[in-house]
Amino acid sequence: MQKMMNEEVQNQLKQIFNDMKNDVTMVLFTQEGECYSCEETKGLLEEVAELSDKIHLELKDINTDLDDVKKYNIEMVPSFVILDSKKEYHGVKFNGIPAGHEINSFIPALLEMSGAVNEEIPADFLERIAKIDKPVNIKVFVTLSCPHCPGAVQKAHKLAMLNKNIEGEMIEAQTFMELSNKFNVSGVPKIVINDTLELVGNQPIDQFLAQIESL
Amino acid sequence: MSLNFNFNFTQPSQNKAKLNPEIIHDFLVIGGGPAGFNAALYAKRKGLVTGMIAKRIGGQLLNTSSVDNYLGIKDISGEGLMEQFLDHIHQLEVPILEEVEVTSVEKVNDLFEITVNNQTVYKSKTAMIATGSNPRKLGVEGEQEYSNRGVAYCAICDAPLFANKEVIIAGGGNSAVEAAIDVAKVASKVTVVHRSEFRADQILLDQMMSNPNITVFKQTQILRIVGDVKMTGVEVLDKSSNETRMINADGIFIEIGNIPSSDLFSDLVQLNEQREIVVDSKNMTSVPGLFAAGDVTQVAYKQIIISVADGAKAALAANEYINHHNTSK
Repeated sequence: MQKMMNEEVQNQLKQIFNDMKNDVTMVLFTQEGECYSCEETKGLLEEVAELSDKIHLELKDINTDLDDVKKYNIEMVPSFVILDSKKEYHGVKFNGIPAGHEINSFIPALLEMSGAVNEEIPADFLERIAKIDKPVNIKVFVTLSCPHCPGAVQKAHKLAMLNKNIEGEMIEAQTFMELSNKFNVSGVPKIVINDTLELVGNQPIDQFLAQIESL
Repeated sequence: MSLNFNFNFTQPSQNKAKLNPEIIHDFLVIGGGPAGFNAALYAKRKGLVTGMIAKRIGGQLLNTSSVDNYLGIKDISGEGLMEQFLDHIHQLEVPILEEVEVTSVEKVNDLFEITVNNQTVYKSKTAMIATGSNPRKLGVEGEQEYSNRGVAYCAICDAPLFANKEVIIAGGGNSAVEAAIDVAKVASKVTVVHRSEFRADQILLDQMMSNPNITVFKQTQILRIVGDVKMTGVEVLDKSSNETRMINADGIFIEIGNIPSSDLFSDLVQLNEQREIVVDSKNMTSVPGLFAAGDVTQVAYKQIIISVADGAKAALAANEYINHHNTSK
């Protein structure tokens, strides 16, 4: 297959990955047979893994690697999680290919999981995030042509990294049309918390927290 | 599926300049669109201590799929143009405070105090409002109810969700016609509904009219949006025959222009009837030392290149204002 990223993007990424502190592992779930965008997602992750020796890739099958499916709550394919240097899961997940604009949520997730800090979060928010003691699942529905979407995905992932009880997942709406219809997604980004609370648009972290605290 | 990488991630190690609440700035810009960028560029080059405070970098440019009328730049995406603007600003090391909401602007003892939502106060001798505008709503029954259940305001973001579906575009300006052309690439059928005559550029109208996937109804007013769980269509009034009828659709993109984001400043500066900020020929508002530029002002024709130019005017005028102020003391 032809490379997905041109040389310019590859070089940019190599530079950016120099800031990575620790190793990270991407665990990708696909399946045998028909799977929309599984091949492309695998290709993209392989290309990214080649750009830094700190980035590792493990390939799994949703139908056979059942222990891992359970461990990371994998419900669809393609889907991948990003683990830290101890191969621990912090709730950072992507469902569907993070191409198009979503490269801008994918790359920061790798960097932050490796310990490179992108942006600081104010102390009062950190305090509120630390207090969350219930399981929280944040779904962020996106399209690949949406410039505002990566911001929302980044926030969901950031919350996940800061609190063990929180899982943040990107869902590419076109790949998972059925799920998108179930949640009436007709505008993105659409943020769904614990399958019940909804936010539309790239909301400030404050709004995420207000919804979570209302659970 | 679009596999193009719209890569715009900046490196954390690039020591980006930070906005400093401890110092007194010469010129602070509120807003992160074309007017704000160019004002920051001009002010910085004049040697002013400059900074930007923005809720969202890029402003409406991010919602524009392609820009074909910016002199010297042919066929670029709105986002691409924004990145070029931003790159230019980064080169000059103008500090930008992003993703914050300005909660108040006050003039205290000849200094502007700009407070943001985490209560930090930034001080400056002059300031510029370039907060742009937000999508105007139709204001019809069902619009709120079906918002995000068929009613959408960002064509480039949401078009993929309407693949093989029937979509209505409301509006008759450039953004409506561009949205129609964009959405027609994925939707099974696009119907453009406009209450009067089109005011979009002829070059865009020609593209729209020659697209077999697009049907156009002029002199047609949308009365309400109907549906069950999701919207199913709109009721319209055909003004020529004075008859009402239904147009079925799975979604509607509302592209009927914008309203100025001036609410925060309504007690501070003079607004006109359209709630646009009134500025003089040097882009100064009714408050001395406070400038405004771009779509938030009463400037005729809301265009990128016009906002950019007005940003330059405001910055140069701010420089003049500071010089004059210093010598007259």
